Amino acid sequence: MADLNPSAQTLERRRENWGTKLGVILAVSGSAVGLGNFLRFPGLAATHGGGMFMIPYFISLLLLGIPLVWAEWAMGRYGGARGYNSAPGIYSVIWPRPWSRYFGALALMVPIVIYMYYVYIESWCLYYAWSYLRAFVTGNRGVSPGESVEQGAAFFSNYVQDTQNGLPGPAIAMLILVFLLNYVFIYRGVTRGIETFSRYAMPLLVLCALVVLVRVLTLPNILDGLGFMWNPSLPEGQSTWDYLKNAEVWLLAAGQIFFSISVGFGIIINYASYLRRNDDVVLSGMTACATNEFCEVCLGGLITIPVAFIFLGGLPEGLLRSISEGSSLAVGFFALPPVFGLMPLGLLFGALWFFMLSLAAITSSLSMLQPTIAFLEEGMGLGRRAAVALLGLLTAIGCLIAVYFSKNLAALDTMDFWVGSVCIYVLATIQVLMFGWAFGIERARAEIAQGAEMKVPAIFWPVIRYVTPVYLLVIFLFWAKQKFPERIRGIVELDAADRAGVLFPLIYIGLLILFFVIMIALTRQRMDRLRVEEHAREEVVP
Amino acid sequence: MTLGGWIFMLLSVGGIFVWTVYCFVRVFRARDAREHMHGPLDIDTHDRGT
Repeated sequence: MADLNPSAQTLERRRENWGTKLGVILAVSGSAVGLGNFLRFPGLAATHGGGMFMIPYFISLLLLGIPLVWAEWAMGRYGGARGYNSAPGIYSVIWPRPWSRYFGALALMVPIVIYMYYVYIESWCLYYAWSYLRAFVTGNRGVSPGESVEQGAAFFSNYVQDTQNGLPGPAIAMLILVFLLNYVFIYRGVTRGIETFSRYAMPLLVLCALVVLVRVLTLPNILDGLGFMWNPSLPEGQSTWDYLKNAEVWLLAAGQIFFSISVGFGIIINYASYLRRNDDVVLSGMTACATNEFCEVCLGGLITIPVAFIFLGGLPEGLLRSISEGSSLAVGFFALPPVFGLMPLGLLFGALWFFMLSLAAITSSLSMLQPTIAFLEEGMGLGRRAAVALLGLLTAIGCLIAVYFSKNLAALDTMDFWVGSVCIYVLATIQVLMFGWAFGIERARAEIAQGAEMKVPAIFWPVIRYVTPVYLLVIFLFWAKQKFPERIRGIVELDAADRAGVLFPLIYIGLLILFFVIMIALTRQRMDRLRVEEHAREEVVP
Repeated sequence: MTLGGWIFMLLSVGGIFVWTVYCFVRVFRARDAREHMHGPLDIDTHDRGT
């Protein structure tokens, strides 16, 4: 196979590195910490065994989360040291086959499609923070938990107008603001944009959450709320062993770890490519992972469900059903808004909470843009301004689709299912096989050891080679068996008008993959040409 | 809140908290790779002269 390394001169022009080790750790953990940590995890744990849920959760963290994190960090740094920051280039050096780079199309498509709907949710958080400051959101005392949640849902529905398709004016204005904010930071680059923002946003995020946590832990009856979240609760007549034999809890725990740490998004591999050759990946990767877990278990696990339980006086059946299926929407935008409305100084704490969620979401959404920016710059030779403009156009079209087909949030839900779930599983499996098998365990061992601040336990190697891929595959098959028939049936049973809300995003996703495949093919030719020019120059000037 | 609830909560929250603190302490104690002193043999001068 031809050596496709771009010339040193062309890469030198745009080579970026993280400024500090703390900067990259905060940027990667910022990418991982998002709404799922504060909204999805607590709901899943509370409705699937309470404290018992932590058994499959921690086992999944050890067998799936940490190995995948180390693999992605190591692959990213390896590709970066060879001049590549985007997934197609990194894959081509990890697995030197002519077609391996085409898997990169998936790694480019996944983060930007997630961005298209995630930025919309991000704008809701900011709107809610603003609404608390303006006292638009209030809670009504003396109403049942069900009525409180219905009021929360009605406020949300009125804002996003999810009863019909169209462009909701106020929601669009906030979306444009947040969308532009993301691009301002991305335009500033890795160090001046992403790293600088993360260095301020992550500590601020933790500080806001700690303030809310102190308020929650000093509420009367807090032990009732904590008990609802953490007491081991098994279904009637079920033993601990029966619980642990239940495939569903393993599926949910592994899925939560997987989505929470942001492996398989094509993001960590891109971020790690900006490391220097001798920068540590073992301790840094583990620290980013630990920071994510701190936000999820120590902050999310002690705030969200306990506070909702105390103020709503229990959680209504419909809400419990939604959160047991992992709905962040139900907890975050239906249940919690009236709760903060009822709390003393609730408007202030509500504003702080949603501002904190906004920060968590922005650090995540920034990371979703960078992999494609890197590809447009290094692969297609675009300048930063042109790359940002092109990506801005691609994501703006996707955002419009996500917002326009707002009836039952059909487009958003479609993107989240097919890309935010299915494609992520597929991409993570490809990456773990690439690292454990195609790259080769001996090379992987040497690569990880380079500059490492701590030793990787020996058990990691058989785990990454055998256990993690099998675990991933089994989870995916179980998950697909559970979700696919229901999803396909849902599409078939929709009427023509509602079906457009599903088909438009799917068509756009298909077009994006095609676009990236073509661009990767063109990039390959461009890299070949650069290599030939470089050789010619070397011959003329010995 | 039951005894089981306390045990799961304290072990989970405490364990993650200690793990996070341990990681950050090690990060702050470790030298940044850029601060490493390089001996002459480590420095690549890019000199490819014949």
